[in-house]
Amino acid sequence: MRGIYQSLRTLLGADPRRLKKTEFTQAAQEMLALKNQPEERKKRIAMIREEKAGPRLSFTHNSFKWRKWRWASIILVNLLFVISYHFDVQLVEGALTASRFVGFHMADLNSSLQVMLAHKKMLVNLVIGTVTVGILWWLVGGRAFCSWACPYHLLSELAEMLHLWLASKGWIKDFPLDRRMRTVLYVLFALMALLSGYTIFESISPVGILSRAVIYGGGVALTWVVFLLLVEVFLVRRFWCRYVCPIGMTYGFLGSVSPLVVEYDLEACLHEGECRAVCLVPHVLEMTKKNRAEDVHLDVGADCTRCGMCLEACPTGALKFKLRGTGGLL
Amino acid sequence: MAKKLTPKQRAERRKIVFSGVMAACVLGAGASAYLPLHMRWETLLRPPGALAEKDMLASCIKCGQCVQVCPVEAIKLADGEGGYGIGVPYIDARTQACDFACDTPQCVLACPTGSLSHHIDAKEQVNMGKARLSRPDACLARQGQGFKGKARGDDFPGIHRYIKVDRWNPIKIADHPYDLELCDLCVRECPIKGAISMQPLSADQPEDDKRRTPVVDDKCVGCGMCEMICPLEKTAIVIDLHREGPKV
Repeated sequence: MRGIYQSLRTLLGADPRRLKKTEFTQAAQEMLALKNQPEERKKRIAMIREEKAGPRLSFTHNSFKWRKWRWASIILVNLLFVISYHFDVQLVEGALTASRFVGFHMADLNSSLQVMLAHKKMLVNLVIGTVTVGILWWLVGGRAFCSWACPYHLLSELAEMLHLWLASKGWIKDFPLDRRMRTVLYVLFALMALLSGYTIFESISPVGILSRAVIYGGGVALTWVVFLLLVEVFLVRRFWCRYVCPIGMTYGFLGSVSPLVVEYDLEACLHEGECRAVCLVPHVLEMTKKNRAEDVHLDVGADCTRCGMCLEACPTGALKFKLRGTGGLL
Repeated sequence: MAKKLTPKQRAERRKIVFSGVMAACVLGAGASAYLPLHMRWETLLRPPGALAEKDMLASCIKCGQCVQVCPVEAIKLADGEGGYGIGVPYIDARTQACDFACDTPQCVLACPTGSLSHHIDAKEQVNMGKARLSRPDACLARQGQGFKGKARGDDFPGIHRYIKVDRWNPIKIADHPYDLELCDLCVRECPIKGAISMQPLSADQPEDDKRRTPVVDDKCVGCGMCEMICPLEKTAIVIDLHREGPKV
């Protein structure tokens, strides 16, 4: 329970807390003591040297398998909508905000929340659709929606690559923001829907705009998406996904109790921070810093998008996907 | 006197201020997308069965399922037009009207949120608006003129399900030429019985005077078929919007 509470706190924007000595388990304390011994240290430093001398990762490298699958997934999901409409196969009619999947109602959690707040009515179809979609994304990890289905995420990843390249040249600088801003905006978007009686967030949601643009053709609304991408390239790394998007936050709540998580293994970790460098939400990987893990095995928190980038970045396999409640069988 | 801040505190303060500015930008963008709708700067014809405008705007989830099922592809999603009601469906009747040949409008059945009211069980209950003869002087029937040829010219892409041609499949209006002694296209193609009829200009009009005027009845649902079919360069009949929802 404490784990869920902490992961929700982090999701809402609190900085990860430094733990008191007493909060570490016996096993973790022993492991950290072992890691701090001089000969262990030397061994690990040697391992890091060896790894740094090896070939650099590149996109063609096998370790980008998760990203390849993920990009394929995003493209496929959005393509299904396009094909369904333009070739009239009626597989998934609608857009990401709401659709019918072979006739069954599907609705995005945040979109239906906004509609119900604005309309002040419970709509049976929406409830059915929301529960269905909720169960699906709960199974695979809440914010998995972001990294496995969201069309904006894909563009944002490309913008991030450009951002990091420009930053590595020293031409631009990242301006990180306060993560509590997303929680404040979440509440404000909900209030705006309630008070105005219009789903204001939907008209600036790049997810809805892009999804509809792909299916029905683009328009002036796309300039907003371009603007957001420019902000992400030149100013704030992953601005929308990290600091604004209430859709991600809604799915994050779901992810806090999802069976699919990334698991951290303290023993294998060399504390290099490669995982945090690639992560969209590095605050969930706080335990990978030295002397921060309170147990030898820890589940990564609710804000994690299950994108698998850390799995690819980690040179020692200290991060792995796990299904909770299967006793490590899977 | 102001307390002297450490560089770290100053950086933290800067970060919070910058976050506030960026958050304000996002909220501003949201507000600017709402303002034109709130002020009703521009109003559009909504699809059949649409709730009263305010409820329609509140409940539409902007998925476009109505767009996908429309047999005559009359429904579009608003973008820059329609007061930036981004993603909300509308119909531009002059370009492609709802031909209302669906027994129960498909868009109503498709709508997942009841934005297009699920309480509608007959198309006569729809209340999109009401037709009005906006340019009576231009109306051909009022001048006693006939009409021969394609209603909207060779290049007009609009389609229509002609009951006498094919009840289920729309054809191009350009593929269906007319030869009429007195132009009565708005009455002829109206899908609602008794919604519009040709009447003499006055009660004491002599019998040999061919001139007639289209008269719109309260049964009109405002589908816009008459606006689309009017053969004049600039239509003589338009739809005045109703914004109080279906007649249920």
